[in-house]
Amino acid sequence: MAFYFVQFLTGLASAASLFLVASGLSIIFGVTRIVNFAHGAFYMLGAYMAFTLTERFSGALGFWGGIVAAALVVAAIGVLVEMVLLRRIYHAPELFQLLATFGLTLMVQDIVVLIWGPDDLLGRRAPSFRGAVDFFGQNIPSYDLFLIALSPVVLGVLWLLFQRTRWGVLVRAATQDRDMVAALGVNQKWLFTSVFALGVFLAALGGALQIPRDAVHHALDLRIIVEVFVVVVIGGLGSIIGAFVAAVLVSELNAFGILIFPKISIILVFLVMAVVLIVRPWGLFGKPEAAARRTPGLTVNPWRPLTSGERLMSLGALVLAAMLPLFAGNYALTVGSEIAIYVIFAASLHFLMSVGGLASFGHAAYFGLGAYGVAFLAKAAGLPMIVSLLLGPLLGLLGAAVFGFFAVQLSGVYFAMLTLAFAQIVWSIAFQWVTVTGGDNGILGVWPDKWASSPASFYWLSLAVAALAVAVLRVIVFSPFGFALRATRDSPLRSEAIGINGKRVQWTAFVISGTVAGIGGALFAYLKGSVFPDSLGISLSVDALVMVLLGGVETVSGAIIGAIVFKAANIWLVSQTDLSKLVLGGFIVLMVVAFPKGIVGTLETIRNRWRSPEKKSALAMSRIETAE
Amino acid sequence: MRRRHVLGAGLAIAVAGMAGSAMAQSEIKIGEINSYSLLPAFTEPYRKGWQLAVEEVNAAGGINGKKLVVISKDDGGKPADAQTAANELVSSENVAMLAGTFLSNIGLAVSDFANQKKVFFLAAEPLTDAITWSKGNRYTFRLRPSNYMQAAMLVEEAAKLPAKRWATIAPNYEYGQSAVAVFKKLMSEKRPDIQWVDEQWPPQGKIDAGPVVQAVAAANPEAILNVTFGADLVKLVREGNTRGLFKGRSVVSFLTGEPEYLDPLKDETPEGWIVTGYPWYDIKTPDHDKFLKAYQAKYNDYPRLGSIVGYQTIKAAAAILAKANSTDPEKLIAATEGLSMPSPFGEITFRKIDHQSTLGAYVGKTALKDGKGVMVNSVYRKGADYLPSDAEVEKLRPK
Repeated sequence: MAFYFVQFLTGLASAASLFLVASGLSIIFGVTRIVNFAHGAFYMLGAYMAFTLTERFSGALGFWGGIVAAALVVAAIGVLVEMVLLRRIYHAPELFQLLATFGLTLMVQDIVVLIWGPDDLLGRRAPSFRGAVDFFGQNIPSYDLFLIALSPVVLGVLWLLFQRTRWGVLVRAATQDRDMVAALGVNQKWLFTSVFALGVFLAALGGALQIPRDAVHHALDLRIIVEVFVVVVIGGLGSIIGAFVAAVLVSELNAFGILIFPKISIILVFLVMAVVLIVRPWGLFGKPEAAARRTPGLTVNPWRPLTSGERLMSLGALVLAAMLPLFAGNYALTVGSEIAIYVIFAASLHFLMSVGGLASFGHAAYFGLGAYGVAFLAKAAGLPMIVSLLLGPLLGLLGAAVFGFFAVQLSGVYFAMLTLAFAQIVWSIAFQWVTVTGGDNGILGVWPDKWASSPASFYWLSLAVAALAVAVLRVIVFSPFGFALRATRDSPLRSEAIGINGKRVQWTAFVISGTVAGIGGALFAYLKGSVFPDSLGISLSVDALVMVLLGGVETVSGAIIGAIVFKAANIWLVSQTDLSKLVLGGFIVLMVVAFPKGIVGTLETIRNRWRSPEKKSALAMSRIETAE
Repeated sequence: MRRRHVLGAGLAIAVAGMAGSAMAQSEIKIGEINSYSLLPAFTEPYRKGWQLAVEEVNAAGGINGKKLVVISKDDGGKPADAQTAANELVSSENVAMLAGTFLSNIGLAVSDFANQKKVFFLAAEPLTDAITWSKGNRYTFRLRPSNYMQAAMLVEEAAKLPAKRWATIAPNYEYGQSAVAVFKKLMSEKRPDIQWVDEQWPPQGKIDAGPVVQAVAAANPEAILNVTFGADLVKLVREGNTRGLFKGRSVVSFLTGEPEYLDPLKDETPEGWIVTGYPWYDIKTPDHDKFLKAYQAKYNDYPRLGSIVGYQTIKAAAAILAKANSTDPEKLIAATEGLSMPSPFGEITFRKIDHQSTLGAYVGKTALKDGKGVMVNSVYRKGADYLPSDAEVEKLRPK
C-alpha cells in the first residue's frame, strides 16, 4: 500500500513541473491566440539561466534567488520578443505566429550551445531539499514534496490574480472575447505584453525548478513542448484549472501505467488526448469556441482561377524546371526531386488548411503512411515500382479516412491537436512494431526500378507528379466541391442552411489531402531508398506547416513557393554550416516580419495595390473595404 | 536574357568543375557525416579527434604523397538528411569514401545508400548489430565495438555476481531493446539460475525518472542492468540516489564509463557500477600516451571516447586508402578486409567475415574521486574475444 501511495506522490511531483509550464502556455493562448511554439525554448532558457545563477551565488538565498531571478530574466526576454516581433504580426492570418515562434525555437537551440557549450550540465540540488523522507520503508525525495506543495500554491496565486484583480478581469474578458475588450477601449498592446510576460515567467520558472532533478541540455525544449500542448488541450484551452487537472491526470496515468505496460510512456499522453477530444471536443474544462466574428482565412482578394497569361507563365516555369537535367549535376537533381516531393506534401496540407480551413498538426502521418505503404509493397510483396507507387498511397488514404472521420468533428486548435495525436499514435506503432516496420531502424532497400533510377529520370517523375498534384488540387478548389468546402470554412451556419453537408465535405477534403500527402510519401520512399519513423514524426508535420505559412495561407497555391524556399534554404544551410538552425531560424523570423501574409500572400497584396487604382471597378473596391 | 544567364551559369559550373578536377589530382577526399547539431556533446570531441588525425596524416606526407581532405556534413539527426548529405558528398564532391555517423538508424541509412551506390562506407560510432550482421553489406565496415561485444564484455563480469533477481532499465528504441535482448540471452546462458523480475522502457530522452525508479524498487531486484545514457542517465542516477535504489544492489551499465556520460554526473556519480567506458587518465600504453599528448597539446582539453572514435576513423581511412593506393571501391574493400593497424587502444583488425573492427573497450567500476566520477580497476577487453564464432556470424549475415 505504501508503495502505491508513494507512486501517487511521485506522479504528483511530475505533474507539478508540467503544470507550471502548461499554465503559462494556456494563459498566452487564451488571450493572444498565439500558438507559442517557443514556450519550450523559454523553459530551456530558464533552466540554463538558473544553472548559471545558482552556480555563481551560493547558499540558500543564492539558490532560491537564482531560480526566481532566472525566471524574471527570461520573462524580460519574452517581453522583448513580444514587443519587437509578435506585435508586428498579430493581424496576420491565424497560426502565422506559430511560424515566428518556431523560428525563435530553432535559434535558441543553437544559441544555448554557443553560450553554455555542448556538454550536459548538472545543476545544484536545492539547499535543505537534498534528501528523502522515509514513508513506511519507501523513500520520497523531499524536493518532490516541495514541488507537490508548490503547484497548488501557484494555482491559487493565479486564481487570485485572475479573480481578484482588475488585470485578471481584463485577461478573462480577453480570453472570452478579444474584440469586445478592444471595443471597450482597453489597451490591448500592454495587456498582451503583460500576459506574454507572465506566461514566459511560468515557463522559465518551470525550467529553473528542474535543475535539481534534471540535466540541463539543448534538447530540453523539444522534450517538453509537445507534452505541454497536449496537457493544455486535454484540460481545455485557456483554463488554468483544466491544465492542473490534466497535468495530474497524465502524470498519474504514466506513473501507474508503467507498472503494467512498461512501454506505455512513449504514447500515453497522446492516447489520453485522443480519447478526451473524441469524448469532450473542447477538453475537460474548456468551453466551445464562440463563433469567430472575423471569418478565418478571409481573403482580401477573392480567389480566381489563373488567367490564360498566368497559365502560360506557370507552364513556362514548369518547362524551365524540366530543363534542369540539361545542365545540373546528380546532386542538384536529387535535391530537385526532394523539393518537388515537398511541394506535393505542402500543397496537400495547404489544400486542407486554406481551402478547408482545417490546420492539421499531424499531416506527416499520411505522408509517412504512403511511404510505409510503398515499403511494404516493394519489400514484403516484391511488387514493381509502378504498382507500389500507385497502391502505396492507399495506406495514406485509409489512414486519412479513419482519422479524418473523427478529426473533422472538431475545429480550430482542437482539430489540430487531434490530428497531432493520431499522427503520434501512428508514429509510435511504426516505432514499436519492430517485426513489421523495423522500428527506428526502418525499412531499407526500397530503391527505384531501373527506368527511374537515374537522378534525371527520377527528377522528371517527381516533377511530373508534383505538377499533376498541384493542378488537380487547383481544379478541385474551383470545382463545385471546392466552393462547398470554402462555404463550410467561411460560414458553417449559412452553408448548412443551403443544404451543404459540412462534415462530409470536410471529411472528403481530409481524405483528398491525406491521399496526396501519401503520394508524396510514396515518392519519398523511393528517393531515399528507405523508410524511417521520422517520416511520420512531429518535426516533419511542423515543417509542412512552416512551408504553408511561409508561402501564405490565404493564397490558392502559396505553399508551392513556401516549400521551394524553405526546403532549398534548409538543405543548403545544413550543408554549409553547423549553425544551420540559428541561420534558418533567423531567416524565418525575417521572412515573418518582411512578409506578414506569407511570401505569395504579401506579393499578391502588393500587386493588387498597384493595380487597383486603374483597373478595378468601384464595386471591387468596395468589396475589399468591407472585407478589411 | 534568361537563356543567356542559364548558359552562362552552366559554363561557369563547367569551368569550376574542371578547376576542381585539376585540384583533385593532388588530394584525396573523404566525406564525413555526423549529427553535429543534434548531439554536440558527443560530436564535438569526435570532430576534434578526426581533425587531429587529418593533421597527423598530412604531416606524415599524406596518402602516398596526396593530401588528405575531409569534407564534413551535419545530418541533423535525421536519416533522410544524412542521405542527402551522402549524396552531395558522393555526387558533387566526388569523395573516395564515406565515414562517420553516430545514431544507429542513420548509420543503417548511409550503409544502405553505400550499398546501392557502390560507395565505400566506414561507420564510426553506430552500435547496432544489424549494420554488420542482419543488414550488413559488402561496402560497409564498422569501427566501434558493437552492442553485442559490449554486452558480452559486461556479461562476463555480471555473471560473477551472486545476484539472481535482475531488473532492466533501457531506452525504448532499437539500441535499448537489442542491448537488453543480447544481455539477457548471454547472461541466461551463463547463469540459468537467474530471474528477470522487471523491465522498464522509458522513452529515449524523456524519462520520467521518479516513477521508473519506484517501479524498479518495488520489484526488489538484487541487480539492475541500465542502458540509459545522457540526460536520461543523469535523471535516473539523481532520482535513484535520493530514493536509495542503488543501495545494496549491483548495477551493470552500458557505456556509463565514457567521459561523455560519466562527467556530467559529477559528485552524484554512483560507486561500484560495472561499466564499459574510456578511463583516459588510467591508460598507460605508449600508443595511448602518444595520442593523449598530441590531443592535449592541440586542444588543451582531455579526450572523450568520441575523440578516440573520430581519431581512429580517419586513421583507419588513411591506412585503407594508402594500402589500396586507389579510390576504386572494390580495391578499398579488398584492402580493408583483414587489414591490421595500430590504434590508441592497441592493434586492431577489420575482420573479413563481417567487416567489424576488433577495437575493444575498457571494463571497470565507477568510483568517486575529488568530487568527480572516474573508472577504477579498468581492464581493456579486446574486441576479437567477444564476438560469436565464425559459423554463427555466417548465419547472421546475408549472403
